[in-house]
Amino acid sequence: MKLYQKTAHRLHEMLLNKEVSSEEITQSVLNRISTVDEKVGAYVTVLGENALDTARKVDRKIKDGTNIHPLAGIPIAIKDNMCTEGIRTTCSSRILYNYMPPYNATVIERLGEVDAVMIGKTNMDEFAMGSSCENSAFFPTCNPWSTDRVAGGSSGGSSASVAADEAIVALGSDTGGSIRLPAAYCGVVGMKPTYGAVSRYGLIAFASSLDQIGPFGKDVTDCALLMNVICGHDPMDSTSVKFDVPDYTTFLANNVKGLKIGIPKEYMGEGIDAEIKNSIQEAAEKLASLGAEVEETGLPHTKHGLSAYYLIAPAEASSNLARYDGVRYGYRAQDPEDMIEMFKKTRSEGFGPEVKRRIMLGTYALSAGYYDAYYNKALKVRTLIKQDFDSAFEKYDVLLSPTSPIPPFKRGEKVDDPLQMYMVDICTLAVNLAGIPAISLPAGMVNGLPVGLQLMGKPFDEGTLLRAAYTFEQNTVHHENKPSI
Amino acid sequence: MIKKSDVEHVALLARLELSEEEKELYTKQLSDILEHAQTLNKLDTENVPPTAHVLPLKNVFREDEVGDHLDPEKALSNAPDKEESFFRVPKIV
Repeated sequence: MKLYQKTAHRLHEMLLNKEVSSEEITQSVLNRISTVDEKVGAYVTVLGENALDTARKVDRKIKDGTNIHPLAGIPIAIKDNMCTEGIRTTCSSRILYNYMPPYNATVIERLGEVDAVMIGKTNMDEFAMGSSCENSAFFPTCNPWSTDRVAGGSSGGSSASVAADEAIVALGSDTGGSIRLPAAYCGVVGMKPTYGAVSRYGLIAFASSLDQIGPFGKDVTDCALLMNVICGHDPMDSTSVKFDVPDYTTFLANNVKGLKIGIPKEYMGEGIDAEIKNSIQEAAEKLASLGAEVEETGLPHTKHGLSAYYLIAPAEASSNLARYDGVRYGYRAQDPEDMIEMFKKTRSEGFGPEVKRRIMLGTYALSAGYYDAYYNKALKVRTLIKQDFDSAFEKYDVLLSPTSPIPPFKRGEKVDDPLQMYMVDICTLAVNLAGIPAISLPAGMVNGLPVGLQLMGKPFDEGTLLRAAYTFEQNTVHHENKPSI
Repeated sequence: MIKKSDVEHVALLARLELSEEEKELYTKQLSDILEHAQTLNKLDTENVPPTAHVLPLKNVFREDEVGDHLDPEKALSNAPDKEESFFRVPKIV
């Protein structure tokens, strides 16, 4: 096995045993990027020298006998919507094509404190709006398993980088499934933490009540290691929650005896691909055979999630994206006559079609005369959806479902039909509306393409999700599949 | 159900300039999306409170102390146009 194919926890052992240096690991990943990224399109920016500098610093520490963190010297890819001081941060948008943040996002500061090696900034759907990673203003990210198919979105660059071994681990953000869906499509592990568990300071906002940063890894252990670094209260984010951050690796036990798992029937019904359903059923049976108590349950308001989400998220986006006016940063249209013309031209030339569509939809839903009919109605439905989860979690520790209703689809297949594209999120978006944590992990292959298993949990109970996911992983071989790219 | 004139009004509110083609496209696509959203009206939500946010958020206070802040040079470093320590914009009135 090549260095770039290994997990962070394995590489950490090798670093401690002085079998390898961080510089060698980093160089191995950089070489891998040069070889395959032409085909994948995972990166907007690759950080060669910066990365090697950090790697050498870690190597000196190891040589000096200084204790290092499990992620020290490990190459990590960062979605290009997290601010990195002095490193271009584009959100894959023309309107931020030249934006050099003057500060770091809190998660970047924390990764810096443990000497993780930031290896590059990854491609995404523009402003995280999309389910395929085709809405990037620069280029689409392709699925490493089949490059004529989508990587999933919006964090498709991050998931593809880990799947194609162009990064050891990665960070993404999840507003309606943007970590879990691309994780499922690329055959890696991706986790969306509880809302408020990870600081959003320096995460370029899409929908503030739904956005959450989370990890990607080649296995569950690597996700737990990243959770240890990124979780915790931050005074710079007023929605970040004060809680005792556990050592998430302590939950990695091969044991689901007595764990109560519910399968919401709405997530296994109409619209779900038959072969995906089979894989998920098999996964449930696997967990049952390992001692979990698995039974069918219901989340009755599920079918209304899509409409509620696609009113709330665009409404918040239309407000958040009002800041792109060509005044303080980013793109500005040439030679405007006056201020209003500058705003209009800058925004029309700077935003891509999906972003404009959502700004339009959100502005409409918030406008006079429609606020109660659309936005406020959607917020009430959000309450019902949250109550569904609250009652389900009175009975179950974990809810189990597919991550995506369909396998990774062909590039170009859904770009002209927004509603069809939105439908891809039906299994993931309710989690964001309810603010709960969820993880997607590999559960097999259908016609050579990965299937993702989603586990959803109680707020701040990531530990139980990690335990269930780890147990599944230890007793299956799905995570060992690698694309031949 | 959405008319082209609605799209034009919303575009103005959102400070977007749309081509004729975009206006036609968004009229159709927004209609489709909002028509799908009509299913929400089948739910009786009269006594359901809205959830704008899942956390029981209250005001978050801190001591009023001077902390680190961005120096003006850095804050202006991304400005498309600037003069001295100001952002420069076209005429407003």
